[in-house]
Amino acid sequence: MLDLRRFTGHEMRLTEKLIEFNWAFLLLLALIASIGFAMLYSVAEGSFTPWAFRQAARFGVGVCIMISVAMVDLRLWMRLAYPLYGVALAMLVAVEVIGFVGMGAQRWLNLGFISIQPSEVMKVTLILALARYFHGLTLEEVSRFRNLLVPLALVGVPVGLVVLQPDLGTAVLLIATGGVLFFSAGLRWRYFIFAGAAVLAAIPVIWSRLHDYQRNRVFTFLDPERDPLGTGYHILQSKIALGSGGIFGKGFMEGTQSQLNFLPEKHTDFIFTMLGEELGLVGGIVLLTLYFIVLMFSLNVALQCRNQFGRLVAIGVSMTFFFYVFINTAMVMGLLPVVGVPLPLVSYGGTAMLSLMFAFGLLMSVYIHRNLEISRGPSAFW
Amino acid sequence: MQISGRDSNRYQTFTRRAALLAGVQGIAFIALAGRMYYLQVLKTDQYRMLAEENRVSMRLLAPLRGDVVDRFGRVLASNRQNYRAMLISEQTPDVEETLERLSRIVEIDDFTRKRIMRDIGRSPRFMPVTVAEDLSWDQFAQVNINEPDLAGILPDVGETRDYPYAEEFAHVLGYVAAVSEKDLEEAREEQPLLKLPGFRIGKEGIEKTYDRELRGVPGSSHVEVNAYGRVIRELAKDPGKPGAEVVLTLDLDVQRFAWERLKGESASAVVMDIHSGDIVSLVSAPAYDPNQFNMGYGTAAYKELLESPYLPLMNKSLAGMYPPGSTFKMVVAMAAVEAGISPSQRVVCPGHYSLGNHDFHCWKKGGHGAVNMHDAIKHSCDVFFYDTAKRIGIDAIAEMAKKFGLGQTYDFEVPGEKAGLVPTPEWKRGAKGEVWHQGETVIAGIGQGYLLATPLQLAVMTARIANGGLDVKPRLTRAIGGELLPIKPPKPVGISEAAIAVAQGGMNGVSNEPGGTAYRSRIPEPGMELAGKTGTAQVRRISRAERLSGVLKNEDLEWRQRDHALFVCFAPYDAPRYALSVVIEHGGSGSGAAAPVARDIMREVLTRNPVRPQAKTPSGGPNSSRAG
Repeated sequence: MLDLRRFTGHEMRLTEKLIEFNWAFLLLLALIASIGFAMLYSVAEGSFTPWAFRQAARFGVGVCIMISVAMVDLRLWMRLAYPLYGVALAMLVAVEVIGFVGMGAQRWLNLGFISIQPSEVMKVTLILALARYFHGLTLEEVSRFRNLLVPLALVGVPVGLVVLQPDLGTAVLLIATGGVLFFSAGLRWRYFIFAGAAVLAAIPVIWSRLHDYQRNRVFTFLDPERDPLGTGYHILQSKIALGSGGIFGKGFMEGTQSQLNFLPEKHTDFIFTMLGEELGLVGGIVLLTLYFIVLMFSLNVALQCRNQFGRLVAIGVSMTFFFYVFINTAMVMGLLPVVGVPLPLVSYGGTAMLSLMFAFGLLMSVYIHRNLEISRGPSAFW
Repeated sequence: MQISGRDSNRYQTFTRRAALLAGVQGIAFIALAGRMYYLQVLKTDQYRMLAEENRVSMRLLAPLRGDVVDRFGRVLASNRQNYRAMLISEQTPDVEETLERLSRIVEIDDFTRKRIMRDIGRSPRFMPVTVAEDLSWDQFAQVNINEPDLAGILPDVGETRDYPYAEEFAHVLGYVAAVSEKDLEEAREEQPLLKLPGFRIGKEGIEKTYDRELRGVPGSSHVEVNAYGRVIRELAKDPGKPGAEVVLTLDLDVQRFAWERLKGESASAVVMDIHSGDIVSLVSAPAYDPNQFNMGYGTAAYKELLESPYLPLMNKSLAGMYPPGSTFKMVVAMAAVEAGISPSQRVVCPGHYSLGNHDFHCWKKGGHGAVNMHDAIKHSCDVFFYDTAKRIGIDAIAEMAKKFGLGQTYDFEVPGEKAGLVPTPEWKRGAKGEVWHQGETVIAGIGQGYLLATPLQLAVMTARIANGGLDVKPRLTRAIGGELLPIKPPKPVGISEAAIAVAQGGMNGVSNEPGGTAYRSRIPEPGMELAGKTGTAQVRRISRAERLSGVLKNEDLEWRQRDHALFVCFAPYDAPRYALSVVIEHGGSGSGAAAPVARDIMREVLTRNPVRPQAKTPSGGPNSSRAG
């Protein structure tokens, strides 16, 4: 049992923190997750097994994690930022070395009692590590080139490892998350312009190193009808499902595309399609609105926070969440190529759910400790 | 909010940039909503249709093939129930074990076992695969009783084509068999039907000619399927329309009788109504079993069919071309009358006929003496017709032959009809690039040389003689799907009554006057008398040496060297109704081999279909030419 008193600082008691905890926000998350449970219930043709029940149980665990994480003093998280990042990095290396092959790519680390995806853990710890680093720099210092080497390495090393797996989707997400933190920390615009130019120049090189299935996904994205029974099948069937749903949908558990299995991966990556088919435009807009409220709330947390670390963590969590939602929904609508990104809180999946709830715990910790001022230099905790 | 001074510019930058990111999020969400609006509102009809196409699958239901019946409605080709055992592999834990258990009831050889395993591998696990077909009732009952022990086995009743009189009608009906790649290519929009498992298509005979009519209209079943093609439920069903019944002009009894009479020979018989052209019987022997083609002929059995010298796969009635021999003499006689030669004019037959330095022999060594046209037909005197042919010329003969239906096809309902050959000098120049020799005219006078006719054509020729020179054409179909097919009234071919009278009278002499070549094979019963003509078509050249040492008898020759035996006739003589041609390949002589067969068949026809006495035949008095 942790001695919370020691870590939570002297300003706040645990009960105060529990009162400060934004329960409405948790309710919002529960609402979104419940939509997920309902869809998983529908996917299983009206059964809580095998998905809905387990997903609910995971969400329950996630809620516990979130509250626990939120209770921890933000300064402790700041202090743990680098060690946690180190652990995540070690796991990524481990997955390279001893990881077994699953889904054609090495992504899972089997710890005996649980299989975890180190890249999911890395997404959260990268936010912590970068926020911790940029917290210590003034606005002027941020744009000094020598100060950029460490954060670039913090992003570059895990990205390199993830690309090796190969898991392009996560790599892009890590880069995007890193970029958001650089941007929010105040890095000058010209760096982003340079980086953008560099990316454009690198595209041919990246293209030549892509795996065939990754290239096919891009091809398929550009022209889904090219191979309607092959790689284009997923996007095409997803668009048919969404489109045929219309404004009000075909009714809960009445989606022909989903119930008759024309829709692939409908309990994981394509769950939004199923929602759109069965509950229509209305259902889809409701879910997107709930997501948007979550995003606006988390941005507001960032803006209200009085310390840079908290601000950066909040905006990192917020934007990561946004990337998930956007990439997933845009993918199922045929706006982006098929990448293995789940719909947060709704898609069936353990690691993603738990790491997300951990991230929301951090967000809530920022919210609770928003009035805390943390000095730029090495703090009392160091 | 109060932010300490040192942190304020960091915070301001952060706020600006966070607002920017919020803007990005807002724009992204508007884009998502817009995309959803596009897909779910603007394009929803299109996607709804696509979803429906995904969901609903139309399954064709094969229509029941129509029956083929004889003129009295007796079934010649039908469908019978085919007791089958199917296997649904997902319903058994162990396919091998199930097959092993089933093999205690039904024999399953290794070949079949391999085929089954292959079929299972190819189709989805919920699709039934045929394991055994054509089970006996006992076997089928046992499969049903033991079903609880035979996991995955589904007893099923299908339909399969059945020919109750296999060989008798093989050459008329043809057969159905599995659809070939070529059939599929030709089918075009009907491909889905032809692709149904177990679908059969008409490959020969009536089955081929009326394939479309017999096939019917396929029904359909609209079913909801999932992405793997498994049927979830049936939404709507259209049973389709069974194929039409085809009524033939054949008489089952006559056909069976004629078959029995010809069995063992390589032969053909055609019985035809001389007024309507209705084919009463059309037999070609030997034949094959069309039922076998349905299930797939065994390789060895099929090879035997292909290699048999008696050509069981060939419909000799339509495609067998033979020199008509002496059966052609009526045509020459009629051409002579039309050319102005008096039927009473006599020709002296010394037993041979000389043209240049070549001798043409009469079949009767000593000759017939002085014969007129009637006697020349009656005794089948060759010299008379050598002489007559030379006098009237080949063109007059050819013209008459064509009037009487030789050298042409009739658009007969059974495919494979051959035109035969009526030679002329132009034909020879065109086909062979040689000039016509007079000797060729001379031998054409006795139906030899280049002349070729099919048994069907010989029946038509005889029918046209019997009906007084009307261009009757053969037909095999009385009705399709309950609609009687109209009979086209025949038109006169353009010939004088005198000429017809000579031909009819001569044929009467052959059969009914003592000394006629087929007098022994006459029908004595009053009202049934037939008038015929024998024909013995030589298939080899008789050398001068053989001629001197004595012509070899047919019995002493090997089968292929023997003469074809032919006989044509019509009956009853007083009121003709039926014409008949019989050709027995290498049968020996027309009078010895063909005439008795023809007599028996004709008697059977008349017994089963008695002809009411008529006052007059269309050709005038049948007895008018009896004298002379």
